[in-house]
Amino acid sequence: MKKAPSTLINMLLSLTLIAVVAGGVLGFVSGMTKEPIAQVEKQQKEDAIKAVLPAFETLKTETVDETEINIGLDKDGNPVGMAIESVSKKGFGGDLGVMVGFDNDGNISGYKIVKTSETPGLGAKAGDWFQKDGKGCVIGKNPSTPLSVKKDGGDIDAISGSTITSRAFCEAINNAYAVSQKGGNE
Amino acid sequence: MKAKDIIMNGLIKENPTWVLILGMCPTLATTTSAVNGLCMGLATAFVLMMSNIVISLLKSLIPDKVRIPAFIVVIATFVTVVQLVMQAYIPDLYASLGLFIPLIVVNCVVLGRAEAFASKNNVMNSLLDGLFMGLGFTWALTLIGFVRELLGTGCIFGHSVIGGSDGMLLFILPPGGFICLGLLMALIARMRKA
Repeated sequence: MKKAPSTLINMLLSLTLIAVVAGGVLGFVSGMTKEPIAQVEKQQKEDAIKAVLPAFETLKTETVDETEINIGLDKDGNPVGMAIESVSKKGFGGDLGVMVGFDNDGNISGYKIVKTSETPGLGAKAGDWFQKDGKGCVIGKNPSTPLSVKKDGGDIDAISGSTITSRAFCEAINNAYAVSQKGGNE
Repeated sequence: MKAKDIIMNGLIKENPTWVLILGMCPTLATTTSAVNGLCMGLATAFVLMMSNIVISLLKSLIPDKVRIPAFIVVIATFVTVVQLVMQAYIPDLYASLGLFIPLIVVNCVVLGRAEAFASKNNVMNSLLDGLFMGLGFTWALTLIGFVRELLGTGCIFGHSVIGGSDGMLLFILPPGGFICLGLLMALIARMRKA
């Protein structure tokens, strides 16, 4: 077949046609994957909440200052703790999102990094570093005195070589704690 | 052009990474581990193959003066499809590669093959070219990722092989990527000459 010459009408027609078909295909795929993507995101959130809270039966959700608080209830309906997702914008590679769980006394019952673009091998260690067996364990600490790394006069061991990530992590925890103090008081 | 030549061109003789030196941004950014390199390579290979097929089919329909925007629309469509499908069905992989998937649109390998091959050859050959250029890109990225992961963390495909060591972090970080890429490229150039 001979190549279509570059006349205005040819150019308009071919580009329009390609764009319309592309739009149709994308609309179709987007519609098809919408449901699974929403499910995956919901599942990931639930997994994160389960990982940071003590064992609970049902979840209750409240909203304080536009932040969602997930309160875990035991089988008698008494709260066992709350999970709050908090984001620090001071991460080394961008936003650092942490799901933080607090027990009824405000002690940290667990955390899970839910959003990270920290450096692999350095800041990305935050997922293990602050856990119970990690070197900078924060589990069981109460952020009523805000957490900070040793370099800033606090008592948290920063990840070696990743003070910035560690600071962002502390900030995220402190923000979550501040929200937790405003909510779930009934 | 014979199928065998097209295959060898993609894998070795005109390998996009080692010989054409195209698409260096995703090459350096995603090869922090062998798995990441492999998956990025496969995602690119899929886009490359599909866009080559479509562009080869449409080549007589697209006037020369608007060919680049037309190619870009086709490529961007396939990249978005890959991104949505990955997000829906392989969320773990999406978490580590998600940031780089949209960048496949501007990967010079894809546009380069569309312009240099698919717009001048028949569908079958374009498919082969896309597939094997993609696989050539894949093995190159996997190799770089393998070396960087091994030196940087002491792991092979996520399994620790050098116990009690954190590895040389430099190789995970961008400078190590450049060093690794340069040395491997020199090594492979030497082997191709021999």
